[in-house]
Amino acid sequence: MANSGIFWALLGAALSAGLAGAGSAIGVGIAGRSAAGVCTQEPNMFSKVLILQLLPGTQGIYGLLIAFIALSQMGLLGGGANMDMSLTTGLMYFAACVPMAIGGLVSGIAQGKCSVAAIGLVAKRPEQFGKSMIFPAMVETYAILALLVSILAIFGIG
Amino acid sequence: MTGAYLDKNYVYAVARIRGAELKLLNSQALNELAGAQMPGDVLDILKEKGWGREEDMTAEELLKSEREKLWELIDELVPDLSVFDVFKKPNDYHNLKAAIKESMMDFDYPGIYIDEATIDPEVIKNAIKERNYGELPTEMVEPARLIHDTFLRTGDGQLCDVMTDRICLEELIRSGENSGDDFLKEYSILTAAAANIKVALRCARTGKDREFLEAAVAECPTLDRNALINAALQGEDQLASYLTTTDYVDAVPELKKDATAFENYCDNLIIRRMRNQLTESFGLGPIAAYILAKESEIKSVRIIFSGKENGFSEEMIMERMRETYV
Repeated sequence: MANSGIFWALLGAALSAGLAGAGSAIGVGIAGRSAAGVCTQEPNMFSKVLILQLLPGTQGIYGLLIAFIALSQMGLLGGGANMDMSLTTGLMYFAACVPMAIGGLVSGIAQGKCSVAAIGLVAKRPEQFGKSMIFPAMVETYAILALLVSILAIFGIG
Repeated sequence: MTGAYLDKNYVYAVARIRGAELKLLNSQALNELAGAQMPGDVLDILKEKGWGREEDMTAEELLKSEREKLWELIDELVPDLSVFDVFKKPNDYHNLKAAIKESMMDFDYPGIYIDEATIDPEVIKNAIKERNYGELPTEMVEPARLIHDTFLRTGDGQLCDVMTDRICLEELIRSGENSGDDFLKEYSILTAAAANIKVALRCARTGKDREFLEAAVAECPTLDRNALINAALQGEDQLASYLTTTDYVDAVPELKKDATAFENYCDNLIIRRMRNQLTESFGLGPIAAYILAKESEIKSVRIIFSGKENGFSEEMIMERMRETYV
């Protein structure tokens, strides 16, 4: 039990990629349905609504980045990982990954919903495309904050 | 219906509705139509805006095809159309009235039935003709029997009409509640309240008795039925005074003007309450609001056509026009 730290560290990295990825998948999926609806009525709106659909996709990338950094710090990528990592160290890695995992999941879904509303705005007023991107982009702030905390924490452990 | 559309938030459907809303006529477009010289000019403008399916359509065919296009779109977007029964129920009861009167006349009148209903008009027609009410859906069996018997017994068409309308409104409120959607629930209550106030006003003006009012006024959550009936029995002033104690206090000044102003108020009330759906991105509300907006648009265009055919001035037509959703 005292040497199960590597399990917790790996679980943190996996959740970071998995939950943030799930948030993005839900967000991009819901925005995609809305984008498809707009394109059915107005096919020339494709490029505009595609950008709005992709905005909630970043959380998945951030989650993957944190997972890579964590795995790299643990030595699981290049070999030479400490399989006897202490429980405390393992839980520290786990805790460091939690902000990205939860922040990515929740902000991905919220950004997807916001993108749906922005797609509705562009459908009605295509000239407001620039402004419509700002609303979902605001949600991104909180995914970036989670990313920063996770990065600082992981490097802090190492 | 593919999985992509089976989406309880109706995200795809609402996005398509947002696109369809762009094609709704705004007040400027209605002004342009009302300003046209001849009914043919109105027809040409509408065809330019994409109304109808074929080039050589009459005004009536054009309106019919727009309604068909509306329901084709909704059918494509919503897997279970029964949630929109609130919009079709009144047509069932219109068909019931038509069937009862047609059976009394013993003559088939073409075009008196409305096809956009929850029950096939032929089923209602046959059930009434053969007095076999069991063919009707359960909720209509007793109303059909009651109204038909009353008509056969009294021969009073007006009484039967108001009875049918009352039963229809009560059924509408039940459908609104069963839909599970707040917007549809509010719509059904508003419709019932507006109809109740209209009938109470007419009864107050024509001096109808309590029995008639009891048959005409429906139970409605936002109006006290007994208080409304008592107020209508005491006259228009008392009715106005009662309305000041309800959610419909804005109706009072319109009520004092004339019948057209009040009818417009009732329709506009619903349009105003549904405008918040323009900013909703999820759920049935925006779809339901679009159906109502399109129906209201068809109604306005019908008013323009009949105004033009009867030589009404642009001002007279605009007076009868409803507010637009967009």
